[in-house]
Amino acid sequence: MKVAIITFPGSNCDQDCHRSVELACGSPRYVWHRETSLGGADAVIVPGGFAHGDYLRPGAIARFSPVMDAVTRFGRDGGLIVGICNGFQVLCEAGLLPGALLRNRSLRFQSHHCRMRVERTGTPFTSTFREGQVLGMPLSHADGNYYANPETLADLEAEGRVLFRYCDARGNATAEANPNGSLHNIAGIVNARGNVLGMMPHPDRAIEAVLGSVDGLPLFESLVGAIARKEVA
Amino acid sequence: MANPASGNGGAPAAGGPGGTATLESPLPRPGDPAITPELVEDHGLSPDEYAQIRRIMGREPTFTELGVFSAMWSEHCGYKNSKRLLRLLPTQAPWVIQGPGENAGVIDVGGGYALAFKIESHNHPSAVEPYQGAATGVGGILRDVFTMGARPVATLNSLHFGDLDIPRVRYLFGGVVKGLGDYGNCVGIPSTGGEVYFDRGYEDNPIVNAMCLGLMRKEDLIRGTAEGVGNTLMAVGARTGRDGIHGATFASEELSEGDDEASRPQVQVGDPFTEKLLLEASLELIASGHIVGIQDMGAAGLTSSGAEMAGRSGTGVEMDVALVPVREQGMTPYEILLSESQERMLVVAEAGKEDAVREILEKWELEAETIGSVTATGSFRVLEGGVAVADIPALPLTDGCPTYERQGAEGDDVRELREMDIAPYVEPPGGLEDAFLRVVGSPNVASKQWVYEQYDTTVRGNSIERPGGDAGVIRIPGTNRGVAASTDCNGRHTYLNPRAGAMGAVAEAARNVACTGAVPMAVTNCLNFGSPLKSHIQHQFREAVLGMRDACAYLETPVTGGNVSFYNETDGKAVYPTPVIGMVGVIDDVEAVVRYAFRDPGDPILLLGANTGELGGSEYLYALHGLVAGEPPPVDLPAERALQRCILAMAQLRLLKSAHDVASGGLAATLTECCLGRPRTGRSVGAAVRFTDALSDTALLFGEDHGRVVLTCAPEDEDRLLRHAANYGVPCARIGTVTDPRAPLEIETPSSRLRLESETLRERYYGVIPDIMNQ
Repeated sequence: MKVAIITFPGSNCDQDCHRSVELACGSPRYVWHRETSLGGADAVIVPGGFAHGDYLRPGAIARFSPVMDAVTRFGRDGGLIVGICNGFQVLCEAGLLPGALLRNRSLRFQSHHCRMRVERTGTPFTSTFREGQVLGMPLSHADGNYYANPETLADLEAEGRVLFRYCDARGNATAEANPNGSLHNIAGIVNARGNVLGMMPHPDRAIEAVLGSVDGLPLFESLVGAIARKEVA
Repeated sequence: MANPASGNGGAPAAGGPGGTATLESPLPRPGDPAITPELVEDHGLSPDEYAQIRRIMGREPTFTELGVFSAMWSEHCGYKNSKRLLRLLPTQAPWVIQGPGENAGVIDVGGGYALAFKIESHNHPSAVEPYQGAATGVGGILRDVFTMGARPVATLNSLHFGDLDIPRVRYLFGGVVKGLGDYGNCVGIPSTGGEVYFDRGYEDNPIVNAMCLGLMRKEDLIRGTAEGVGNTLMAVGARTGRDGIHGATFASEELSEGDDEASRPQVQVGDPFTEKLLLEASLELIASGHIVGIQDMGAAGLTSSGAEMAGRSGTGVEMDVALVPVREQGMTPYEILLSESQERMLVVAEAGKEDAVREILEKWELEAETIGSVTATGSFRVLEGGVAVADIPALPLTDGCPTYERQGAEGDDVRELREMDIAPYVEPPGGLEDAFLRVVGSPNVASKQWVYEQYDTTVRGNSIERPGGDAGVIRIPGTNRGVAASTDCNGRHTYLNPRAGAMGAVAEAARNVACTGAVPMAVTNCLNFGSPLKSHIQHQFREAVLGMRDACAYLETPVTGGNVSFYNETDGKAVYPTPVIGMVGVIDDVEAVVRYAFRDPGDPILLLGANTGELGGSEYLYALHGLVAGEPPPVDLPAERALQRCILAMAQLRLLKSAHDVASGGLAATLTECCLGRPRTGRSVGAAVRFTDALSDTALLFGEDHGRVVLTCAPEDEDRLLRHAANYGVPCARIGTVTDPRAPLEIETPSSRLRLESETLRERYYGVIPDIMNQ
C-alpha cells in the first residue's frame, strides 16, 4: 500500500498528505519531481502548494517536471491518483483531468472553512463516505474557480464524475455556498475512467479532531482500502 | 538586525595583531567620489562619528569603507539611539537559550524542543509600495528564524493604519494584506494571529510588523557566527542586484560608473518561491553538519552579515566581491556590499565541504559560491579581484557605534490631551444602544476576518487556534505540546502615556496568551517611533522602554530580541509611539487549549478582575467623539500577574469552557465576540448579563481597564472557579448566563437595559470591514 507523494520545489502540503496516508494505515513515500520512476507505488498524491512558484499559471510549469511522465503513464494504466488544491491544478494542466481552475471570483486568496457534499460513493476515493454526506474542511487557494466548456460539464454530470460539490450546512448546493465561483459548485471531479481525482478543498487538513475536522480522513482510508482490495484481487 | 539589549559576550578586542601582518591597506578606487563633509553627512554620519571612524581606522576611510560604516552605524544596524535604553530590559531566565544579539531569540519549550522567534518592521517600504514592502518584511523575518536552524511554523503581524475612510489608507491596507498573504502563503507558513488597528495617527505612516515562530530540536540550534580560521564564506541563494542600496540619499551617478540607468528603488522585490527553496536548502544544510554559521543578508546585506558574524566570533573575514554572483554587470564593491537584494544568505562552510554545500543548494535549484574565508585578523576585509577595497576592524564596526541617550521631555500637546477632562463626553450622544453598535462596528473592534482569510491559516496541519482568538496556538509537530503567540500594542494608550501604554501592551499580550491556557514565556518587541532626534520622541521612547522593563520583569517574560524602527514620520508628524509586543507561551497539551467563544446555553458567565471604568484613550471616545484623550488605563502589575496565574490554574484543571480577554472596546466588544463565536464554523449563542458596579453605563461597557477576563464554565464548576479566584486573591463574580443559539445579548446595568439582536451584532461586527473594502 505504497503511496507516492510527489514533491515539487514549492510544494508545501507534502507533509500534510504524508501524515494523512499514515493515519489511514498506508505507507507514504516522497518522490522528488526530478525522479523518473514512481518506485513501484500503488497510488499517487499530488499535494498542494505552489509548485515552481505557480509562475506563469498554477501547474503550468509543474507539468513539465520529469516525474510527470511517470505520473501520466501511471494514470493511463489505471493507477489511482489524487490531486489536492495545487495538485488538482497540476493534473488539469497535465491533461489528466478536464477543465481549468481560474482565479477566484473574489480575486483574492481565500483560506477558510468550506462545506461540500459527497455526490457519489462507491469510488476508490469515496467508498467510506455516505452519499449526500456534508463534509466540512479548509480550503486555501487563489485559483480554485473550476471552469470547463459546456460539453465537458455535461459529460461530467451525465457520467457522475462530480464527486464533491460545495454546499451549505443542509447540503444544498447554493450560490452563497460556492466560495470561488466554480461552475456547478464543483469542488472535486474524476476523469472518465474514474481513477484520477482532483479537488480544491483540503482533506489533508481535516484528519484530526483537535484541528477542527476529521471529515478528510475517510478519503485517505478509501484510497488505501482500494489499493488493498486490488492487492487481494 | 540583532537587538543589542545585552552585550556581545566578551569577544576579544579585534583589530589587533594576528594573521599576516603585511596586508596592504585599501587605496581609493578609481571613480570613487572624494570624501567631503557633505558626503559624510549624506551617509547619515555626524562629524563626531566620522572622527571616531578615523580614529578606529588610523587613516581616512575609502568611499567603500565609508558606505560600510554608514550602514553598520545606521540606526537599523547600530541602534545608536536606542542601545543604552534597551540594555535596561530584562533578558534572562532559565528557559532563555538565546537572548538579544542574534538573528532571533530562542527559548526552551520543553520536550527537547526550542522555539526561535522574532518580530521586525517593514514600515518605510510599506508606506511607499505596500505590496512588496510587506511581502519582503515576511521574507526577512522568516530568514531570521530559519537561520537559527528552526523551521518556521507560524507568522503573526501587527498592523496599524490610518482611518479606512481615506482612499490611500484603503490602498495601503489592501496592498499590505495581499503582500503579507501572497508571500507567506507561497512559502507555506500558516498565519496564526496578529492585530490590526486603524487611527488617524497612522495615516501617512503605516506600521507593518511581521513576527515569525520557528521550532527545532534543541541540539539543532546554529548561530550566525564565523568560527574557525580557514573556513569558507559562501554566498547562497539569489543573486545580488542593485535593489535597495542604502537608505541614504545620493544620486546614482555617484554610485556606479558607466551605468546610465536611473536610480533604483529603495524598495526590494520579494520572490517567495526562492525563499521557500532557500528555507528547505538552509535547513538541509544545517542538518548536514557541513556549515558552522549562517546569516541572512538582510539590511545592509553582505556588509552586516559578514561583519556581524565575524564580530560575534572574534574572528575576521576576507571576501572578494568579484566572486559574488551578481544580477547585473558593472556593480561596484560599494553596491555589492550594501545591496539589499532579497533571499540571500551568507554561510560559513567547513573548509573542504564547499562541494557538499553546493550539491545541496543545487538540489534546490539555488547557487552557492565561495566568496572568501574566515581569518584571524579581526578585520572585515574586502577585495575586488584581489585588490583590497576595504579593511575595517570588525568589532568596532559592529559594536563601536557611538550610542546616545537623551532624556527628552513630554510634548505639551500630548499632556493637554492626557489631562483633558473627558467627563463631558461620557454621555453617549445617540443613546447607549447606538454607542454599543458603533463601538462594536468600528473597524478597530470589528472582526478582521477580511484580513486573515487572505492568509493561509491551516497549512501543515498544526494550527490549533487560528486568527480571531486571543492568541494563535501551533502544535509542535509530532507531540501534544503547543506554542502560543500574540502581538499587541494599543497605540492610543502609548501615545497618551507611553509608560502605562507599553506596560499595558506587555500585560495584554501575556493575558492573551494565558487565556488560551498557555504560560507566557518571553517577548520579542518591535519599537516603532518617530525621529529620535526630537525631544518628545526621546521622551516617548524612554518611557515606553521603562514601562516594558517593569512589566516584562514582573511578569517574568524576558525580552529576547526585536527591532527598532525610528523616523516613522511624514512632514514632521510622527506616528503614535508603538512598541509592539510579540509574546510567546507554551502549553503542555493542545487538547486543553481554551477558546474564546461561549459554548452551551446555561453555562454561567464570570468576570475575573474588577471593573474600574477607564475611558481614557478608549475606542468609545474615538469612535463616537473623534477624541484621543484622557489618562489611559493603568496596569496593576501584581493584580495582572495574579489574574494570569489564576487563569492558567483554571485552564490546567480543565475548568474553563471559554476565556476571553477584555481590551479595545471594553466589555461590549468582549461579550459580542463571545456570543457571536467564529464565523463559518462557530455557532452564535445569546447571553443574559447583569452588572451591579457603581459606574456609568459608558465606563462600564466601554472602559478598557486592564486585568479582566470573561469566563464560562460548566454549571457544576462555578463554585470551584470562584474559590480558585479567591485563593489567588483575584476578584471574580458571576455576571450572567449563556442563552440559546441566536438569542440576543441582553445586558442590565444599574441604570439601563440593552437587548442586542444576534443578527444586528453579526452585521456590525462581521460586516464593517468587508463593506468598506469591497465598495
